[in-house]
Amino acid sequence: MSKRKSKETSSVNGECISQVQRILRERFCHQCPNGKLFGVQLQYKHLLELLKRTTIHGESNSALIIGPRGSGKTTLLNHVLKELMEIKQVRENLLQVHLNGLLQTNDKIALKEITRQLQMENVVGDKVFGSFAENLAFLLDALKKGDRDSSCPVLFILDEFDLFVHHKNQTLLYNLFDISQSAQTPVTVIGLTCRQDILELLEKRVKSRFSHRQIYLMNSFDFKQYLRIFKEQLYLPAEFLYKPFIQKWNKNVQSLSEDRTVQDLLQNHFHCSKDLRSLHMLLMLALSSITVSHPFMTGSDLLEASRLCRMDSKANIVHGLSVLEICLIIAMKHLNDVYEGEPFNFQMVYNEFQKFIQRKAHSMYNFEKPVVMKAFEHLLQLELIKPIEGLPVRAQREYLLMKLLLDNNQIMDALQVYPNCPTDVKQWATSSLSWL
Amino acid sequence: MAAAWSPRARGGRSLQLALARNSSLSLGACASVVTSHRAGLGLSRRGAGAPLQEGSGESPGSGQSRPGLLTSLRGGGWGISIKSERSLTEMCIQLGEFVLVEGENADQPFVAKLLKLYEDGSQEKHAVVQWFSRITELPLNKRKLLQREVSPQEIFLDKAPGYDTDINVETIIKNVKVIPLAPKEAVPVRSNRKQIFFVKESWDGKCFKPLSPGSLSELKEAEKNKRVGSPSPLTDCQTSDFICSLKAETDRVTRSTVKTKNVQMEIESRHSASKSSLSKERHSQRVANGINTPGARKKLQLNSPTKSRNKLTGCDVLELLGDDCDALEPLEPSATRRKVTFTEILGSPPKISRTNGESDSPLTIRGDWSKLAETVRIAPYRRSQASSLKAKNLDGKDDDTCLAEEQELKTRSPVVIPRSHRKCAQKTTARIAEQLHFLNISEQDREDDYLPSTVCSDSSSSEEEESMVPCTPKRKMRSSTTLSTPKSLRKPSDITPAKTPRKTPEPRTPKTPRNATPRIPIRNQATEKPANVLEEARLRLHVSTIPGSLPCREEAFQDIYNFVESKLIDGTGGCMYISGVPGTGKTATVHEVIRCLQQAAENDELPSFQFIEINGMKLTDPHQAYVQILQLLTGQKVTATHAAELLAKLFSTPGPKRKTTVLIVDELDLLWTRKQDVMYNLFDWPTQKQAKLIILAIANTMDLPERIMMNRVASRLGLTRMSFQPYTYKQLQQIISSRLNHIKAFEEDAIQLVSRKVAALSGDARRCLDICRRSTEICEFSSQKSASGLVSMAHVMKAIDEMFSSPYINSIRNASLHEQMFLKAIIAEFRRSGLEEATVQQIYHQHVALCRIEGLQIPTVSEIMAICSRLGACRFLLLESNNKYLHVRVRLNISQDDVMYALKQE
Repeated sequence: MSKRKSKETSSVNGECISQVQRILRERFCHQCPNGKLFGVQLQYKHLLELLKRTTIHGESNSALIIGPRGSGKTTLLNHVLKELMEIKQVRENLLQVHLNGLLQTNDKIALKEITRQLQMENVVGDKVFGSFAENLAFLLDALKKGDRDSSCPVLFILDEFDLFVHHKNQTLLYNLFDISQSAQTPVTVIGLTCRQDILELLEKRVKSRFSHRQIYLMNSFDFKQYLRIFKEQLYLPAEFLYKPFIQKWNKNVQSLSEDRTVQDLLQNHFHCSKDLRSLHMLLMLALSSITVSHPFMTGSDLLEASRLCRMDSKANIVHGLSVLEICLIIAMKHLNDVYEGEPFNFQMVYNEFQKFIQRKAHSMYNFEKPVVMKAFEHLLQLELIKPIEGLPVRAQREYLLMKLLLDNNQIMDALQVYPNCPTDVKQWATSSLSWL
Repeated sequence: MAAAWSPRARGGRSLQLALARNSSLSLGACASVVTSHRAGLGLSRRGAGAPLQEGSGESPGSGQSRPGLLTSLRGGGWGISIKSERSLTEMCIQLGEFVLVEGENADQPFVAKLLKLYEDGSQEKHAVVQWFSRITELPLNKRKLLQREVSPQEIFLDKAPGYDTDINVETIIKNVKVIPLAPKEAVPVRSNRKQIFFVKESWDGKCFKPLSPGSLSELKEAEKNKRVGSPSPLTDCQTSDFICSLKAETDRVTRSTVKTKNVQMEIESRHSASKSSLSKERHSQRVANGINTPGARKKLQLNSPTKSRNKLTGCDVLELLGDDCDALEPLEPSATRRKVTFTEILGSPPKISRTNGESDSPLTIRGDWSKLAETVRIAPYRRSQASSLKAKNLDGKDDDTCLAEEQELKTRSPVVIPRSHRKCAQKTTARIAEQLHFLNISEQDREDDYLPSTVCSDSSSSEEEESMVPCTPKRKMRSSTTLSTPKSLRKPSDITPAKTPRKTPEPRTPKTPRNATPRIPIRNQATEKPANVLEEARLRLHVSTIPGSLPCREEAFQDIYNFVESKLIDGTGGCMYISGVPGTGKTATVHEVIRCLQQAAENDELPSFQFIEINGMKLTDPHQAYVQILQLLTGQKVTATHAAELLAKLFSTPGPKRKTTVLIVDELDLLWTRKQDVMYNLFDWPTQKQAKLIILAIANTMDLPERIMMNRVASRLGLTRMSFQPYTYKQLQQIISSRLNHIKAFEEDAIQLVSRKVAALSGDARRCLDICRRSTEICEFSSQKSASGLVSMAHVMKAIDEMFSSPYINSIRNASLHEQMFLKAIIAEFRRSGLEEATVQQIYHQHVALCRIEGLQIPTVSEIMAICSRLGACRFLLLESNNKYLHVRVRLNISQDDVMYALKQE
């Protein structure tokens, strides 16, 4: 009986854990408007008022949301739109057009997409036919015919706005901004970009028509707020199904945030990058270690996650190399030291390696040159070395000039953790003169 | 005679024909004017000796065959007779008759009454006319005055001043019937062929008036005269010795056609198309003047599929056919000629109003039949007749096609059309008829005997049409033409009216709906009205709000106004170049000028004009400018090259009754092409006398003509220039106050601050208004705190800061510690190396050193790379875009001082 009972609780627990993971993962991965916004209340209000005026008063506007990657531009916009859509008057009137600079790579495609999303009359099924010129004329005609009082306001959202700037003549931007500055259908153009110099990219006529409203997202919070965000991101919502679990979980989060090591870890993370996306990444990794048997996040989980996040990718590759390949890399390191970063070729590396072999023949098998060559090419494939550009590729393989893509520090660090590394090799790495 | 025909190239045909006419002239004592692109025009009194020879000398080889072009005085009045080169028919027009006159829109020739003919010193023939206006020619806003539906056939006696009543005879197309109606009479609806117009009221430029009894009776008189004098369509053909029964049958064909016409409703557009077929022919002739090869002309037709599809006339088809089946040629014209000659010998007033449209077909057909009877004698009459009947019904209304088909049948009947084919066609059509029975009950009721074919023509389903197509004679003709013609011909034949019935978009094929109207859905709830002073102010300050007047641009306004006004009054053309940095009111001022001019024109202070506008930024390609201009002028939709030709023709030919066109070309610099042909054409047109085109070109740079234009373009642009200076702060202040218009929303100082700030930066009025608008928002949010509720200096200051302050410093301060450290490392590295560029590896070493000093955890290389690319994405740094990892070179995108300043604060 007791056995069955314990089984039952554990199954509830399993269900519960998967629920926790689902909720938190959704929060971390999607820019979903259900989560919380941090430190952008002013911007939020500004944007909301702007869009409200467009939809309710029919006022045309244009604005740019500028902020570094991961600073929550899309999240902010989604939040605003979500709140906006709760107003009935807006929901029934607003037309939205979402464009992305990575998808709509030229104005022709963008125009078709706009026409499609607006479901204009020249849309057949889900496709738009006709030439670029026709489509442009049609769209402009349509927007021209509208007026402030009677037409549905149109909201244009241009994600990766900076990419639209490179379209020919900036025709699309000119026309969108021109409509927003003339008595036509009310439109609001919202651009999202991470480039701070975006205004300098706009052509002067386009720039003049842009209203110069810029909403900056800066991640302007300090570590205390960061810690609070950390907690907020982990807290379970009150509507979570397994009520008793909420309290335990939240209590654990609270204690985590007070833990010294966790704080240090977060501090380091905060110093490195303030954006919330990297925090999400960290929490995501930690979250995946949660299981039924290990239902609460611990400091060590976070530590492990942090270690994974900070891992040096190139140095990791070095860990998996053979001793011969390590030797070649060390030879290259010495060449770099001697020639101050000048490029080298295989022959030079091979000679350097030969020198080492001759001194320490007892600890190292003397490989044939083709074998060394093979190892060298393996390094090339792993992109630990890279041929320098602008030189004829037709040169013999042995004499192709290469550069090492590893820093000395990385090599030394990698050697420290390299398993079963011969001592001679280690010594050789620290000094090219160690054989003396 | 026939021998003389056959070896000739097509171009020579009209000359031959004209020669023939001349010989008949002496007999008939009737003079004729032959209008064609290679024939001149003549005017002479009867008995004044040799007819005036007016050959244009284009074809020296056929000098002896120059046509004589005459106007004869008969019955005490002047008359002209017009012969078209291609239709091979002619008509005579007397004074007092109504004529169609070429206009800019080939679909809608002007209607006028011929009052006087004379010849001026330079041998040009002129006519004085009384204009009539179609409803479409009247200003839109005035049409409302009528307060009733106006039939497209109704015209108005045009008493409005300002139109030149003196026209060149060459522009007359043909005569038409105009029936005056008493004010109470209703315009018969679709009761007649479209050649007939009705006049009921007069238009004097301001209002409509019923016709005065005097003018009504006058018109009636003219009408009566014509009716008495005109021969019945068939009386003039006695000489042809064809079979009576055949004649009767042909007659029936004609009648049936007419009937079909009356019944079918959807064909109206095509009606009008074929009505003006002659004018279109002229159109294409004109164009062909520039490009003399027949191929080029055909290409033009092919270039405008939408138009030519409807209007390809019988003669066109004939001609196309003529190209390949030479055998046809010698026979056909001779038949026609014979007929015409007799008409005139009979001495009946030359008033055959038919040219080449449907009314023409009976005659031509008859000619064909006679030909058949005489020469071919292979195809049984009844059969070909039946087929003709069928063909006629097939396309419902386009007798032209029938004509063409007759031709085709005639030439090919010995070979083609096995009986079985026809039968199967009939079967198919009958089946289709069954299917469509429900849809077409009414039509069936009315014309039972022609049921199958009518239904065919009505059916828009592509599928059914497809199933029927292989069997119809029409398709046969098309395919045979295609087979035998050179490539250039293929398209026009594709566009034969055979296709016309299929006007509605087919349901199966995914094609863009033709009739799609560009519009944005209407909103469900009305917009809210501004609730408080600030909102009201914001509304008025929006750039889109068009102010009642433009302050601070009075001088520029006056200059432009005077320029355009003087050109309008003189009826000439000209260019003006307007430059100025963005936001200085160029476009707004020009629009204001146009508004005022339009107002003046409405009040009759100025001749009315047409206003069109293009914008270089709204075109996908400079050559699209032609397309847009043409579309705005005439509503035609054609390709760019074709549009260019049509426009060149339009602006280079004398157009009677043509209004001056005012064209605004905004963002001129974007019309630049390597050959600069678009700009060249734009500025060349106004220099032509007849063009009456005024161009106002707008661009940003003052020296644009010198900088990017070739000499010949710049020279045509002329020296009428105007430059808009950036607004000074006083002007900006005035603009804001005039917009606010006594709404107390701003403190005086605030307005001054905005104006001074903007004037110092750019003088862009848009910027100024945007700042003001933003200030009102800021004020609204913080109004709980501020006492006055007005926009104060502080608010404006904040708005200016938001808009103009560089974001860099603030962003650097908000960057993470390592990001800042990385920037410091960059500067340190720059200092160390003395270069403005470093690789990531070098910076990494500096970074590590800095971290050691600060006692921070040393980031891994991956982290450093991430930091570097983050800063690069924000464009603090400029990065080489390749995967050189540690060897990527880095540069600062902001000044080192800025970075130091931003970092020092901490």
